[in-house]
Amino acid sequence: MALEIIESCVNCWACEPLCPNQAIYEATPHFLIEADKCTECSGDFAEAQCASICPIEGAIINQLGEALNPPGSLTGIPPGRWAAAQAEIAAR
Amino acid sequence: MDLPVIEHSPPAAAGCNASSCGSTARQRDGLTDDIRARVQDHPCYSEDAHHYFARMHVAVAPACNIQCHYCNRKYDCANESRPGVVSELLTPDQAVRKTLAVAATIPQMSVLGIAGPGDPLANPARTFETFRQLALKAPDIKLCVSTNGLVLPEHVDELVKYNIDHVTITINCVDPEVGAKIYPWIFWKNQRVFGREAAAILIDQQQKGLEMLTTRGILVKVNSVLIPGVNDRHLPEVSKIVKAKGAFLHNVMPLIAEAAHGTFYGVMGQRSPQPAELKALQDTCAGDMNMMRHCRQCRADAVGLLGEDRGAEFTLDRIETMEIDYEAAMVVRAELRAQIAAELAEKRAMAHSPTAPQASPQPIHFQSRTVKPAAAAGRPVLMAVAARNGLVAVHFGHASEFLVYEASANGARLVGHRKTESYCSGDQSCGDADAVLARTITAIAGCEVVLCSRIGYEPWGELEAAGIQPNGEHAMRPIEEAVMSVWNEMLAAGRLTAGSIAAKRA
Repeated sequence: MALEIIESCVNCWACEPLCPNQAIYEATPHFLIEADKCTECSGDFAEAQCASICPIEGAIINQLGEALNPPGSLTGIPPGRWAAAQAEIAAR
Repeated sequence: MDLPVIEHSPPAAAGCNASSCGSTARQRDGLTDDIRARVQDHPCYSEDAHHYFARMHVAVAPACNIQCHYCNRKYDCANESRPGVVSELLTPDQAVRKTLAVAATIPQMSVLGIAGPGDPLANPARTFETFRQLALKAPDIKLCVSTNGLVLPEHVDELVKYNIDHVTITINCVDPEVGAKIYPWIFWKNQRVFGREAAAILIDQQQKGLEMLTTRGILVKVNSVLIPGVNDRHLPEVSKIVKAKGAFLHNVMPLIAEAAHGTFYGVMGQRSPQPAELKALQDTCAGDMNMMRHCRQCRADAVGLLGEDRGAEFTLDRIETMEIDYEAAMVVRAELRAQIAAELAEKRAMAHSPTAPQASPQPIHFQSRTVKPAAAAGRPVLMAVAARNGLVAVHFGHASEFLVYEASANGARLVGHRKTESYCSGDQSCGDADAVLARTITAIAGCEVVLCSRIGYEPWGELEAAGIQPNGEHAMRPIEEAVMSVWNEMLAAGRLTAGSIAAKRA
């Protein structure tokens, strides 16, 4: 049982000091979680601390590959709207 | 490439003339000599100081504990100039080295701030280690911090410990209903909290932190982002409340929202305010509170005078190779500050001396704003100024921003600034000049005059056609003197009677 930080991480450091197991470490190109140490905060907190402060939707996933913060859950931007804005920017 | 016409003037030769003091006297209403002394070399706290003194931000604080709808946490764009954006994250040791390098290179540098790119107090170890080292190694540099306020109360004692004299809190609302439209979530007591509940906690913490700071004698500036349709009608109340709690300056800034920035407001099409809306709101709040009008909404790694960014000169690889004689630099800074302080004191003395020539028919003392000046003999006029170091010193085509002054019988008063692109780089690459000129003319809409050191034939005609009178007759003169001189000419020519603006524009 362990969480994983993936490439959309922006290296903002917010999660690193919160981990009760010191499982999160700075790495290139982005922060990583040491799977052996991660307990998903079970026994320490009701919610995984890294996923509770992470500002980037989709950057932290569980072992099933599911985002703890799915698209739209943090910014409030509907995913369709976001995709349309990204496409418009890319087209410029 | 900068051309010689916009080179720095020696600060000793710069300066505003006596008439400018009308505005700063108003800005400083009610301030004691002690507070004036504390802000006189802080460019973000004193309008006078921003003509002379430089500041820098060190980006040591990446983490944030809240989300604001005007912010996107992807903060690495080199081409954007707005709060929360940086190019290079620094460790405290790197930040200290950079600060010492900048202070040795730019003697006007008086202030070191930590402003992000996240929330400085959400990164307490990095923020306070930077302050601890700088308090020892750069005792003549003022330290300041800017925060969203969420964890401010628990850090007030440590701020006092490092002699942090100036704190900026961003307060966009005092009503959780309004707050819920600005802040989608906060991280609070090991949980993510959403919506109205989150906003209520944030507001409580901000207000508590504000009171704790002012009780301890720390100067507090409050920043608010003006978001049309969200908090525009609410901000006058915010202004009254923060003033009652002892904040001494309120800085209302326009929302920056573009889809390309990837922020909620940008993507969802929330509009930014027009300059006239911003000014109207600032004027409304000004009845109750000292308002800041010269903010440039700088990046969390900005370096230099407000309105310029010399960050590119001080990247990590560059500062590694710089030779710094810190003791010698401190002596140079002390001399420069003494010189500027003397100049400012002289300026104040002239402005308040009954025998001094006055641009205004009524000398303005540090009196209550409720005292009405003598009936104005002409209507107020907005003028855009291509300025540097307090002087009309920039070629129209080279200006990357214009300061906007309101001239009236009460004197010249800075009311804002407008960002532009310089359309002429002095070589043959002026391909896009027409489009840029059109954008500049839009940017300075509402101004009737534009003052600059020089201006080309073509933009002259375009500006006139747009109803904006170009004026290059006051090159290298202090801004306020030049602005009042133009206003007095307009007055003498009978162009400032009621209704003349409509006639001119028709």
